[in-house]
Amino acid sequence: MSTHSAHSAHSAHDVKNEVRRYVVVFVALLCLTVITVAISYLNLPTLPAILIALFVACVKGSLVASYFMHLISEKKAIYMALLLTVVLFAVLMSLPLFAHSDPIVLRHVP
Amino acid sequence: MEIPYTITPRPDTGLFNAKAGIWLFLASEVMLFGALFTSYILLRIGADHWPHHELDVPLATLNTAVLITSSITMVMSWASLMEKNFKKYRVYMGLTFLLGVCFLIIKGFEYTHHFSTGETPNKSTFLAIYFTLTGLHGLHVIGGMIVNGYFWGPGSKMWKTQPERFTNRIEVAGLYWHFVDLVWIFLFPVLYLL
Repeated sequence: MSTHSAHSAHSAHDVKNEVRRYVVVFVALLCLTVITVAISYLNLPTLPAILIALFVACVKGSLVASYFMHLISEKKAIYMALLLTVVLFAVLMSLPLFAHSDPIVLRHVP
Repeated sequence: MEIPYTITPRPDTGLFNAKAGIWLFLASEVMLFGALFTSYILLRIGADHWPHHELDVPLATLNTAVLITSSITMVMSWASLMEKNFKKYRVYMGLTFLLGVCFLIIKGFEYTHHFSTGETPNKSTFLAIYFTLTGLHGLHVIGGMIVNGYFWGPGSKMWKTQPERFTNRIEVAGLYWHFVDLVWIFLFPVLYLL
């Protein structure tokens, strides 16, 4: 989309279509923000509250990455780099689980 | 010597240099914020008590809306350049910059309130991680505003001589700005709502 050939191939009609898509994504993001805040006032139990809030955040994040950052139509090199990032990020996020199941840590954590 | 692949894509990656560079940088940023999110989880799991809805939710909701709006104005500034409409670009990029200022002013109100009521980072684990995460995010917003301000002002001269390269630069600046928005999308529920 941003290469030399793509620049010239990008017609005014294409850009107009994309702009329309951006507006739809923008409205969706605002609606999802309101939904997240509203759900937080329902005083749900901790686990469902966390899962729902993170699910909505993931949907919002996917919309930003897919459309505003054009990830929906990117080159393979970017997907490969991001795949590695996702794997390493998953390892990083799983560290608290390992730490929490560690008997030595458990003795100190209530 | 001319730098290659500033406009045309490299044959191996299919990307121009700056785009490959910004995505690698953003990947490292994911790990940076990921490490802090992991710290947050560890601290929260280990805490006896964790504050709920004690921060200013309406103000943070407004800030979320401000940042989301700045994301669409940013992408619209790039779309304006694709349409060869420089005037429209200046308007949208100017709005993006102003929305960044707006975000920081609102955050400043929040910080002032915290400090005036004695809620400093050394008072609790929650406040420590709150100031670390929002402070680092705020620094990223400032960094993005410096870049956007440059491309709105002196940096925009490139449009006259190398319009395609300038359009690529705005796309790259936009990718960074959207990432900053994306980080806030996760910070907001984690710190303010849960």
